[in-house]
Amino acid sequence: MGKRVAVCAVEQTGFFTNLWQKRFQEMAFDIVEPIIRKTGVTFDMATGIRNIITCSDDVFDARTISDNAMTDAVGAHYRGEEKVTMDGINAIGYGLACVLSGHDDIILIVGHCKESQSESRDMVTNLAFDPFYYRPLGLDFKNVAALQARAYMNKSGVTDEHLAKVVVNSRKNAALNPAANARELLTEEQVLKSPMTCDPIRLLHEYPVSDGAVAMLLVCEERASEFTDKPVWISGFANCMDSYFLGDKDLVGNFSLKKAAERAYRKAGVKNPAEEFDLVEVNDCFAYQTPMWLEGLGLCGEGKGSALIDGGGLKTCNVNKSGGMLAGNPLMIGGLARAAEAVIQLRGEAGDRQVEGAKKALAHGTTGAAGQFHSVLVLDSE
Amino acid sequence: MARQKLRQKDDKHEHCYIRDGKLALPYQYFAGRVGSRFLIALRDKKQILGVKCEKCNRVFVPPRQRCERCMEDLSDSWVELSDTGELTNYTVVNYEDKHLPRKPPYILAMIKLGGADTPLPHILEGIEPGKVELGMKVKAVFADETTNTILDVDHFEPV
Repeated sequence: MGKRVAVCAVEQTGFFTNLWQKRFQEMAFDIVEPIIRKTGVTFDMATGIRNIITCSDDVFDARTISDNAMTDAVGAHYRGEEKVTMDGINAIGYGLACVLSGHDDIILIVGHCKESQSESRDMVTNLAFDPFYYRPLGLDFKNVAALQARAYMNKSGVTDEHLAKVVVNSRKNAALNPAANARELLTEEQVLKSPMTCDPIRLLHEYPVSDGAVAMLLVCEERASEFTDKPVWISGFANCMDSYFLGDKDLVGNFSLKKAAERAYRKAGVKNPAEEFDLVEVNDCFAYQTPMWLEGLGLCGEGKGSALIDGGGLKTCNVNKSGGMLAGNPLMIGGLARAAEAVIQLRGEAGDRQVEGAKKALAHGTTGAAGQFHSVLVLDSE
Repeated sequence: MARQKLRQKDDKHEHCYIRDGKLALPYQYFAGRVGSRFLIALRDKKQILGVKCEKCNRVFVPPRQRCERCMEDLSDSWVELSDTGELTNYTVVNYEDKHLPRKPPYILAMIKLGGADTPLPHILEGIEPGKVELGMKVKAVFADETTNTILDVDHFEPV
């Protein structure tokens, strides 16, 4: 085993459908300040934070080079700063590289996104497609997800009833998570009767429009104890990219997720993912993605997503104790919020939703249409 | 002119000011030499072209200069595809938005054209959403006016 990197602190704003009264900068500072206060970390160039990794998106922020507007609020003036414009969970991989290369001892990560500020989240994701072949057809992350949902449901036997169970489970968990956005309990009947927005995706299968921010402090092994007595160790991280054009890839093959998981598990020494994790956080923007990503992560067998739901596996495997993405995080930091929940659980600070004795957790993030790109993070408390 | 408003005053949010804005930027995209040839054939000859990677034995549409798997140069390996194909997937879009090409409900389908290995997304018309079946044969209907995009095929309809 090589050197290790610890997550020494995590903060989140809490997530809301319209945080109109907070600027991006205030959202960020609201979570950076408690990290400084609780850990005692400074911005001293010899002993403190010399480098900051932010995560945001130019179109969601309606500002070219969106990080430039954030630097003072995250303490980045007069020091290094770089931006990740993918799911913010990749900032953890980036920070890991900065520390393991020996260039930095400490990395501050700050991701933010306010989906509510654009008139339509779907118009933002339409711009992810090329301007000649796909964008003119109105493709966006929702209608493309609907194509994937149909293909996955045909292949796996996951039904509308299964998806209702997924949403009900998400809300049950979210009700115990003060940071979650959609916390109202739902019945299966309510989900089954919600309007079909993009067949087979129903309104209540979609994650709600959400605003919020997440921050983390990564520290090299030698210095972790300066900042916390409850470090959480990054034991494996990997990501993988699939084809850009939707028609080029097997929509139900989970190719990039399997590759990312395989590499993260190998590094972390995970041999049997279905048995080893005390909790699992998957980035499920739409209800069908919960079982589909669980299959890709090897947490149940191929095509066994429906059996896992029927057998109560979402509960027994502690899937998305935060409520998951379905309970509402903004797109750019969906996976970073999953990682935040995993860290909170491994620190034993998850309150009413705490998984007792949690030692090993999996956090997953995804970027792009229909799971084009996946990131897998393994975290340990020991 | 942008509408500008002050949020209603309450104890917590005195003088909270919100400005309505808009991201709008006229822009030019180059289609690339390969993309240009595809779009010109579509516009002028009503032909749908693909590119074939001989090494991977795979025909791609939309076309691209290099094979994503083996990096082989595909810019001279054109294949004319059929304007009919098989429906491999679909969804009924039932929400309204400014970026969508039709008013809801409309059908967004994936169509594997004869001669291609990769299905192409497009709009399906001329059939009730409830009657769409995977595997059905559909045919391109070309647009009267060009947009120099994939919408030079206006939509597909059942054969």
